[in-house]
Amino acid sequence: MRLPFTVQPRTERMRYGNLLPPAIAVSVTVLASVLILSRLDVSPGRALYFLYLAPFSSKFNIGEIILKAAPLLLIAQALAIGFRARVWNIGAEGQLILGAIGGSLLPIWFNGTTNPLILPGMIVMGALTGMGWAAIAAVLRVRFNANEILVTLMLNSIALQLLYYLVGGPLRDPMGFNFPQSALFPPAAMLPNLIPGTRANIAIFLGLFVSIAALVFMERSLPGFRLRVGGSAPDAARYAGFSDRRTIWISLLLGGLAAGMAGVFEVAGPLGQLQRVVTPGYGFAAITVAFLGGLRPLGIVASAFFMAVIYVGGDIAQTSASVPYSVNTILQGLLLIAYLCARVFTDYRVRWKSPTLRKTETA
Amino acid sequence: MMDTVTFLLAGALLAGTPLLIAALGELITEKAGVLNLSVEGMMALGAVSAFITATTTGNYWLALLVGGIAAAALSAVFAFVVLITLGNQVATGIAVGVLGIGLSGLIGRNYESSTIAPMVKMPIPGLSEIPVLGPGLFNHVALVYLVPVLAVLTWWTLRSTRLGFVIRAVGESPVAAHAIGYNVVLIRFCAVLYGGFCAGVAGGFISVASATLWSDGIIAGRGWIVVALVVFGTWRAGRIAIGAYLFGAATLAGLLVQSFGVAIPSQLLTSVPYIVTIAAISLLSMNPAKARLNAPVSLGQVYLETK
Repeated sequence: MRLPFTVQPRTERMRYGNLLPPAIAVSVTVLASVLILSRLDVSPGRALYFLYLAPFSSKFNIGEIILKAAPLLLIAQALAIGFRARVWNIGAEGQLILGAIGGSLLPIWFNGTTNPLILPGMIVMGALTGMGWAAIAAVLRVRFNANEILVTLMLNSIALQLLYYLVGGPLRDPMGFNFPQSALFPPAAMLPNLIPGTRANIAIFLGLFVSIAALVFMERSLPGFRLRVGGSAPDAARYAGFSDRRTIWISLLLGGLAAGMAGVFEVAGPLGQLQRVVTPGYGFAAITVAFLGGLRPLGIVASAFFMAVIYVGGDIAQTSASVPYSVNTILQGLLLIAYLCARVFTDYRVRWKSPTLRKTETA
Repeated sequence: MMDTVTFLLAGALLAGTPLLIAALGELITEKAGVLNLSVEGMMALGAVSAFITATTTGNYWLALLVGGIAAAALSAVFAFVVLITLGNQVATGIAVGVLGIGLSGLIGRNYESSTIAPMVKMPIPGLSEIPVLGPGLFNHVALVYLVPVLAVLTWWTLRSTRLGFVIRAVGESPVAAHAIGYNVVLIRFCAVLYGGFCAGVAGGFISVASATLWSDGIIAGRGWIVVALVVFGTWRAGRIAIGAYLFGAATLAGLLVQSFGVAIPSQLLTSVPYIVTIAAISLLSMNPAKARLNAPVSLGQVYLETK
């Protein structure tokens, strides 16, 4: 293909270059959402209102944004660390499910408890099961050189089947008329509410804390430095004696830890029990969030909240204008596609070829 | 017992066919050096497009064609991002896959859970009357017989034709291929479109020939199994074909075991193909030298054309 432009790698970073691709991606997504909704007979004004303004229109809706931003933030920060080291953990969805299962065991077994230690116990259990699930991929990668993209993807499907089995049998509420769900958790096992009258809970604090921790880890610590070098200059990292194996282990375990805790926060937060559906695709959405934030901790804070707004706006559009949920999925895909496309302007110098040069080429 | 054998053969062929169609397409894409992880989304878009076409026109072959074209159009988006704007292939594949799943749900929302008369079968005269084997192997829709032919064609093309040589050259060493005058970006673009077309036909086969219904999520992870199949088959058409039919049989293992009255949770049996995939990938990758033997060297890497 003789393209009408050439691209060359940039030798120095573009000023404000970190802001350009997300800005383009968000603009494209907003434009696309208006176009799609107008095809569904929702006027542009109403489309913009439902998706991007209504989420801020009431205390409850703002609480919903906070509720949905927390798991996205938590997972995306951990995934971004792995992505920067080129470890492709696509299995956050499965690790989240395992975390939800692990976190549900204590409140199901000790359903009448009022012991305040149950909640920390659940979080530890969920973190461990999430990490355990991710560790399968890490072991197979380190020992057998098995591609972690495929393994984590397959583990997502297996995790879902495991969840279906457990809520349909061993963990099903015996008093629950055979519905595939666990008993409701006791109040002591529920996350404290953040703002009365909303569903927002304290998980957002952990998300923000993890963001600061990620910033310090990646920018200020030696292991973080090793991960970054391993990702951007693998040969240099090997020459310096940085361990590939350790990078793989750290990346995957962090992902499993974060996703596992996010899973606990779902069952101990908005759900209040273990169900067949414990995540509206947070594990995949977090991949988009991580990239949209430029794989940087601060950028991810912004992109997690933007993605949360899309989630809440999509819910509002669904209930008030019967816009199908698929529109949400489309927007998530478009957001990441537009971002990856726009990166060409900051990673490379794009130059239009002069007409004379084009002529000599075709000749 | 004989009924079971017939059932297993017929089922494995029926379930393996779409996996093989999509995997042969993905093989060409990957041989050209491009890792397209959006198969799940492309199959979903192909499935819904084919289903709607078949429902409205009654022409099933046209439906499969439309399914293929729709998925190829989606794969063009992927190709643009990774080949023209040099986006990361893993992330772009996932993003385009998500887009495809969303689009298929939106397009098919008025057809959710509706069914369609199955595609007309074409029993092979004579052969289909063989006891046990006949109804199992030779009483299918025509596409089922054509797909093994496609596998042989793919193997032959990659091994002995100029076209196959060019595709492999572009995947092994894009810089060298460019230096001897091949248009790397164009060839890769076409390889991605071909892979997309195959994924769309495969999705269409599921909605109009095997499941004969449309519902959101009908592909149910088969797109990911396709990606794994190519690795499982170490980028060789013959092994991919064997793998596809084995996986087809594995998806039936659940029904089969239950028909013998063995109490194994259905969820465990549903997981069997995924567990087998993980085990197979681990065993095959264990020996790095062997694993790399057939893997395209430049697979997944950004290619920047230099003058």
